[in-house]
Amino acid sequence: MLRVEGLFTEYPNDRGEIVKAAQDVSFTVEEGRLFTLLGPSGCGKTTTLRSIAGLERPRAGEISVSGRVVFSSSSGVFVAPNRRGFGMVFQSYAIWPHMTVFENAAFPLEVGDRKYSRRQVRENVMRVLHAVQLEELADRDATKLSGGQQQRLALARALVMEPALLLLDEPLSNLDAKLRDLMRFELKRLQRELKITTVYVTHDQGEALALSHEIAVMDHGRIQQIGRPRDIYENPANQFVADFVGNTNFFDGVVSHVDSGERCLVRTEIGDMLVKAVRPFRPGDRVAISIRPEDVGLIETCPPGDNVWRATVEQKVFLGEAIDFRVTVGARSLLSRQHPTLRTPVGGTIFVLVNPEKCVVFST
Amino acid sequence: MIGACVAFAVYIAVIPLAFLLWQSFRTPQTAATPAVWTLGNYIAAYGTAETFRLFLTSMRFAFGASLFSFIVGTALAWMNERTNTPFKSIFFALSLIPLVIPSILFTVSWILLASPQIGIVNQLIQGWFGLEQPPFDIYSMGGMIWVDGLHYSPMAFLLMSAAFRAMDPSLEESATMSGANVWQVMWRVTLKLTWPAIFATVLILFVRSIESFEVPALLGLPVGIEVFTSSIYTAVHRYPSQVGLASAYGVALLVITTAGVYAVSRLSSKGSKYATMTGKGFRPRQIDLGAWRWATATAFIVYFVMIVVLPFFVLLWSSFQRFYTVPSREALQNLTLDPYRFVFAYPDLASTVWNSVMLSFGTATVVMLVTSVICWIVVKTKLPGRWVLDNIASLPLVFPGIVLGLAIMIFYLNVDVGIYGTIWIMFISYITRFMPYGLRYNTTSMLQIHQELEESAAMCGASWTTTFRRIVLPLLKPGLVAGWIYVMIVSIRELSTSILLYSPDTRVVSIVIWELWENGQYVELSALGVLFILSLFFLVLLARWVGARYGIKE
Repeated sequence: MLRVEGLFTEYPNDRGEIVKAAQDVSFTVEEGRLFTLLGPSGCGKTTTLRSIAGLERPRAGEISVSGRVVFSSSSGVFVAPNRRGFGMVFQSYAIWPHMTVFENAAFPLEVGDRKYSRRQVRENVMRVLHAVQLEELADRDATKLSGGQQQRLALARALVMEPALLLLDEPLSNLDAKLRDLMRFELKRLQRELKITTVYVTHDQGEALALSHEIAVMDHGRIQQIGRPRDIYENPANQFVADFVGNTNFFDGVVSHVDSGERCLVRTEIGDMLVKAVRPFRPGDRVAISIRPEDVGLIETCPPGDNVWRATVEQKVFLGEAIDFRVTVGARSLLSRQHPTLRTPVGGTIFVLVNPEKCVVFST
Repeated sequence: MIGACVAFAVYIAVIPLAFLLWQSFRTPQTAATPAVWTLGNYIAAYGTAETFRLFLTSMRFAFGASLFSFIVGTALAWMNERTNTPFKSIFFALSLIPLVIPSILFTVSWILLASPQIGIVNQLIQGWFGLEQPPFDIYSMGGMIWVDGLHYSPMAFLLMSAAFRAMDPSLEESATMSGANVWQVMWRVTLKLTWPAIFATVLILFVRSIESFEVPALLGLPVGIEVFTSSIYTAVHRYPSQVGLASAYGVALLVITTAGVYAVSRLSSKGSKYATMTGKGFRPRQIDLGAWRWATATAFIVYFVMIVVLPFFVLLWSSFQRFYTVPSREALQNLTLDPYRFVFAYPDLASTVWNSVMLSFGTATVVMLVTSVICWIVVKTKLPGRWVLDNIASLPLVFPGIVLGLAIMIFYLNVDVGIYGTIWIMFISYITRFMPYGLRYNTTSMLQIHQELEESAAMCGASWTTTFRRIVLPLLKPGLVAGWIYVMIVSIRELSTSILLYSPDTRVVSIVIWELWENGQYVELSALGVLFILSLFFLVLLARWVGARYGIKE
């Protein structure tokens, strides 16, 4: 459906320096899928989205939608954004303050190439306004809407012309936490119902994991990993992905022993650690191990077996549904997320237990 | 579209300047001798001690007037923003004064008040105290500084109010918390932070007063106090007219104003270092003056009387007289409507008013539409060299009105396209003169339009023209309307450019006032002046109303 191939987009900033925003970005999105570009600010995700929209002109690469090439540096094709027929929701929503809700949503039908009769415009607009539950507010001034309503109106406006592709630029980032959770479900429902191919840009890993069929994690203009949400979280391809998607504990170490069942023994600063390695490693390889806080077990009585360390509770942060422990093993501190029933006091002794299956190993 | 606007800006702003420079190096053309290249104009202009005196007089006048209006304006701004002086709500009306009372009428009214021969104030005080000599002489450097500085003190007030208001009070409060007393806070923090604003304000006022034409022409020329602007006028109106000499003076004036405008723009671009604006809404703390607040209130009322009440009522009074007389019981019995009858019976009144209205209407419309496109290019695109366009369109800012009139006169005398002496030459000069204002109004509102509002229109399938017409222009509307009315007001009272360009058929209202003054028809002038002020006042009120009605929706 959407195919992005070898995309390079660069632009000069205010001081005239060249910003290498997107570097060799390639991915494909299947029909009806929601694809997320995830990364920290300045990673090039928004530039990639704007390149797909046609609002930025890439230096090189090719972008096609359902076989229609909208940009190609080799054959010199650049379709203007208003001729691409994509819907887009902007971070600021870009609701026109001088129009009513209805006029905002009707605008794409009035200015596009296809001509609609008055009745068709009304029917189409009311249909999308119904879909986003704004039909009652159709005649209201767009400026009189709440943040969540503006967001839904922006979505309605993007959907009204039944676009081939829907582009969403951090659509939830301007909402407060509670509304954000609500709209997250709403967006997911709409996307799954309408089966519209969507590219979604966000820096919020929670949003990305909750909404997407597939995620591309970006950093410094390059895609670091593409995968399903679960893959990204459980098997990050590198240290950046592991660090960016969720919290994690990193250990640097050297492989000291490899056994037959894909298990390695790694010498780390807190001692030998038994880990399960997907990739083949050899003794002497330098590696980094990532362990999610929820995979760092804490037990008050010393259990038998491997991967157990004696630790001291340094700090506790009560979060309501969970409690975060910061514990020290020797000089090294570790983060662990526990059920609030664990009540070891600060300064108390506790045992750290790590399941080798939950350790993700990268070569460094 | 874009190319057309660029060509328009260059044609309007650059070409007159080029011709002015060119002319200043040419000898006058006569039937017998063709014009040749010469440095004679500059030698004539700068080779004599006369010119040095001219320069000194101009500088003294400009410094005096700008410092006077700065001190008055700053004191008022401080009273308004930082103290609990009563009657503060009237301060607001102050900003309207220079708009509503044109410079020529303000000057005339002060002549009627303080001229040694006919000045009401002089005659009253002489009568009361039995003085031999009139106490005030408005025809002097002091009088010029007084009238010009007073008239533009509201401008200083507005600029300094903005500076005081823009300052985050927590900067002062943190100094207080560090143990500084009121004076230390004022000296070490407030003053240091407002310093760029102070400097910029003085510069702006200086540039404005060196460009001032009406005050030096009406008050200075009769007693031989000449500044650059009035010398340009006399050089052109001498016989044979010395356009080359006037150009040389004009170039000198341009150099001064350019330096001033450049310094102001440098100052404001460097201003970010002193950025005192924060996004937070805050109310600066006000100083409780206690009983002193009645003193400041009195000062304020005296000021208000000087700047509004006296000038307007002296015009109103003389407009009901057959001959100009000091108010007295006998004079009160001789009230007449004759001056108004004269004004309404004035042969070309209808065509004059029509000229004024059409010129200002057309100027405002063209200026606002063209600058909206120019401004869009400058603010919204990443075209290389767009700053050049911005500078070209802002170039007329450095032209004093009379120098612009001179430059345009020279251009159309030499390039005969058949518009010299017609209304069109005035139309073009007005557009040139007020283009920078339109640009400023549009830039302010253009900067507030989020880029994504346009991008989303493009994503909806709208072309550039559709986006501009349906999204950009409607969103610009508050700025467009405000700017439109402002340009309309300033062009309807324009005098210093028109004075070199008008012909008997193309007179405008301000020119008629000028001519009445030259003929000594004071009471008729007063009647016309009162009507003019009232209509300007009405226009300004309309502007306020429109501004409130179509203000930016939150």
